[in-house]
Amino acid sequence: MGAVDTPVRRSQIAASADRVGLGALLIATVCLVAIGGKWVSGPLSALIVLVLVATIGGVFALAWRGGPEARRLLAPYGLLKPGMLWLGLFFLAPLWSLLRISLSTKESRFDINYNFSWAFENYRIAFANFGGQFSRAFLYAAIATVLTILIGYPLAYVIAFRGGKFKNILLGLVVVPFFTSYLIRTIAWSTILSDEGVVVSFVKTVGLVPLLEALQIMDNGRLLNTPAAVIGGLTYNFLPFMLLPIYVSLEKIDVDLMNAANDLYSTNTAAFRKVVFPLSMPGVFAGTLLTFIPAAGDFVNAQFLGNPNTTMIGNSIQDQFLRQNNYPVASAMAAVLMVSIAALVLLYTRLFGTEELA
Amino acid sequence: MIPSRTKVGKQLLNIVAGAALIYLFVPIVFIVAFSFNKPRGKFNLIWQEFTLDNWSKPFSNPGLTDAFFRSLQVAAISTLIATFLGALMAIALARYRFKGHGGFNLFLVLPLTAPEIVIGSSLATLFLGQNFIDFGLLTIIIAHVMFQVSFVALTVRARIRGFDWTLEQAAQDLGATPMRTFWKVTFPLILPGILAAALLAFALSIDDFIITFFNSGSVQTFPIYIYGAARVEISPQINVLASIVLFASVAILAIGTFSGKRKKAGRKQRKLVRT
Repeated sequence: MGAVDTPVRRSQIAASADRVGLGALLIATVCLVAIGGKWVSGPLSALIVLVLVATIGGVFALAWRGGPEARRLLAPYGLLKPGMLWLGLFFLAPLWSLLRISLSTKESRFDINYNFSWAFENYRIAFANFGGQFSRAFLYAAIATVLTILIGYPLAYVIAFRGGKFKNILLGLVVVPFFTSYLIRTIAWSTILSDEGVVVSFVKTVGLVPLLEALQIMDNGRLLNTPAAVIGGLTYNFLPFMLLPIYVSLEKIDVDLMNAANDLYSTNTAAFRKVVFPLSMPGVFAGTLLTFIPAAGDFVNAQFLGNPNTTMIGNSIQDQFLRQNNYPVASAMAAVLMVSIAALVLLYTRLFGTEELA
Repeated sequence: MIPSRTKVGKQLLNIVAGAALIYLFVPIVFIVAFSFNKPRGKFNLIWQEFTLDNWSKPFSNPGLTDAFFRSLQVAAISTLIATFLGALMAIALARYRFKGHGGFNLFLVLPLTAPEIVIGSSLATLFLGQNFIDFGLLTIIIAHVMFQVSFVALTVRARIRGFDWTLEQAAQDLGATPMRTFWKVTFPLILPGILAAALLAFALSIDDFIITFFNSGSVQTFPIYIYGAARVEISPQINVLASIVLFASVAILAIGTFSGKRKKAGRKQRKLVRT
């Protein structure tokens, strides 16, 4: 420690330590994104690596020289740094490279190289050839989300308000089915709904076929490989993402509020409509996001429970990317999916948002 | 008139909830039941006859067994890394108020709001454009850590929100070094939250299909194997292994709830003693 480390100097360092810490963290993240996303190449990337190392080293030096106050201010940035760098390199940089490839061209299917060329053509192809898949993905996901509310809300309500001492056991029962693999669950549904399966034969014996056909749930006496089966699979697989947030928000409601409503001569229905339901909205809101987003991007349900006319955008992205090796168009579709979901989420947050999301 | 109507309504709601609970268990009952089936042919889809053969040799299918243990391996490694990274972030967010606090909070939610297919395909584009690592175990682990970190950070942060940080000051006032304070006071108290988050992350990793599918190369995890095999055969061993995972998680859940209850009961008793 030299003469510079006087208390005055230390307090000067401490005064700006948080700004330095934040700046260093952001610069380091941007450096990693730049390298990962290939903004830079060759000798320039070596320079960026140097900058990256320098920011990290600089912060350490500052913490060492700055004394306890500076260290306390720098601590949160230091704790955030490893995770942030990981997310920068493996979450942000990939999104950048996805956008890049979505504007690139590829010589042929078998060529592994692609060249960035502002090829907006990919987006035109994505909309022209896969518009149906886009709208189906959003439609199926929306219906499935509504169904998860209709099924999940009553169950969450009963567990929260009538569970008594069995509350935790009931909640455990809700989660247990989801400890089996997602794929195995979906395959199990495809067996249950199959033409020789229990459900179809039951429906046939009872004579419900005409009714279900009229409701467009069955198609030519089949349950499997119909839009209804795909939506049913999505509903089943994402139900806990709706149920648990609703349960959490119902659980928080003070029972005295409901008693107060009853004391003021409110009917049970009115008490529910005016007190319970509004207070459970944060749960419904979070559940909707947690259900709709993965459902819109899913391809497993459409693959195992659907037919070629029920494919969703996820199926097309998977097929173009992994089978046709058509990375540019697949990336364009993924980018459109991401942007439209982000836009929907923003709109939805504006309309119904609460502050309890994060 | 009104009481009887509300009674009917009450019963109706219970019935609807019960039906929803049964609906949740339909495929599970099916999966467990068919682990005792003796299929004719390669597809374990139609009930033939009861057998214990599948349970006596759960690992008779080498491809499936390999994939199963590879999944456990991937989950163990990625959970360790993600728990470390995520817990640090959670401590930063819960313990300190600092510039950019809200921004980091929001950023952590972002990976959860991107659909899996976007995360999977974008990571694959990152790995495609470089010559350092091939698609395989390493890329799978990187991908899993990526989506686990946010989950861990948010779960741990939620669990330690109510933590009394003045305890740290108390320890330091009594002469403990910051290191000692952390390991003797802070860490033991936030450990349950971290363990819960790690369990969640482990479960997410084992079950992940879509993101892994894009980044696995030729390596097969449990879900990837099932996906590939589903077109050729569905062996009853799949049901056996799925049931094993199910029963193991139920056991962990039960132990967790039980020990939690005991602790609570103990606390109550101590309170009684004190008063």
